[in-house]
Amino acid sequence: MPSKGYVEISVESCKGCNFCVIHCPTECLALNTSDTNSYGLHYAYLTDEEKCIACQNCAVICPDAAITVYKKAKKKAA
Amino acid sequence: MKDGYKLIYKRPKTLLSTRMHYCPGCFHSTIHKFLMEVIEELEIQDKTIGVCPVGCSVFAYDYLDIDMQEAAHGRAAAVATGIKRILPDRIVFSYQGDGDLAAIGTAETLHACNRGENFTFIFINNGIYGMTGGQMAPTTLEGQKTTTCPYGRETADSGMPMKMAEIISQFEKVAYVERVSCDTPANARKAKRAIKKAIEFQMQGLGTTFIEVASNCPSGWKCTPEESLKWLEEQVFPYFPLGVFKEPAKRRQ
Repeated sequence: MPSKGYVEISVESCKGCNFCVIHCPTECLALNTSDTNSYGLHYAYLTDEEKCIACQNCAVICPDAAITVYKKAKKKAA
Repeated sequence: MKDGYKLIYKRPKTLLSTRMHYCPGCFHSTIHKFLMEVIEELEIQDKTIGVCPVGCSVFAYDYLDIDMQEAAHGRAAAVATGIKRILPDRIVFSYQGDGDLAAIGTAETLHACNRGENFTFIFINNGIYGMTGGQMAPTTLEGQKTTTCPYGRETADSGMPMKMAEIISQFEKVAYVERVSCDTPANARKAKRAIKKAIEFQMQGLGTTFIEVASNCPSGWKCTPEESLKWLEEQVFPYFPLGVFKEPAKRRQ
């Protein structure tokens, strides 16, 4: 099934507060605990693009405005 | 961007790309973001003037792409009064914490509200002095441990936490008072709506508008960002209830 949307998370802006992970309704975000950004902080990433519903919850709650949300465009009637 | 997708949410252009110095999970940065989104949506970037306080948000002028003025500790309301009186066509807001607005600057704040100065207060209430290492503030909850009350705040000595939104809503010339938070996406969306409403009421010249944000301070409260959300819900909201305390009467069409 094609995804309804996807998010892009800026690795350098993310501070790893985990708010987006706990507020994601479809649980498709996670904190990368094996890698850090240049500030030494774990960052969030999209685990499963197919689950993303582009609800913007993560982007709204993100304190550092690190998340950009894209939604699948509706097809124009032929 | 991938093919067949459209952009629906991005960082506002009015928020500079500088990395903010706030701790992970701090609501200061969330409120900065909402404020800048509102300014972008209302297209008032070139005529907005913000007044910075002393506190964690003292460097807000590094992040917000608008005109900013730094004020002495607690005097942001007085400085904003001056700016708004000289330049009444500008949108003026003061951005203050609880150590600034509710402790050292109480007199300036209350008198500015009593005069009904036509600017917007953004009041970040996190219950402690976050910048200086988590000392007790007037808004610290009863029994809450801080570095200057390690056994918990005793109300016999230091009184009860001050409910600024309730106090300010008593003034007749104040147009709009609301307490919001950003602990869940729903509350965060309400916070943004409240900020937008306050700025719009200011543009209509209705009087002082006051937004209190029940905020967190993971570093000062000595907990993780997630635990700070739990503390907010269990301890802060029962004492500092969210909601609208005063709003202008709707005009008949």
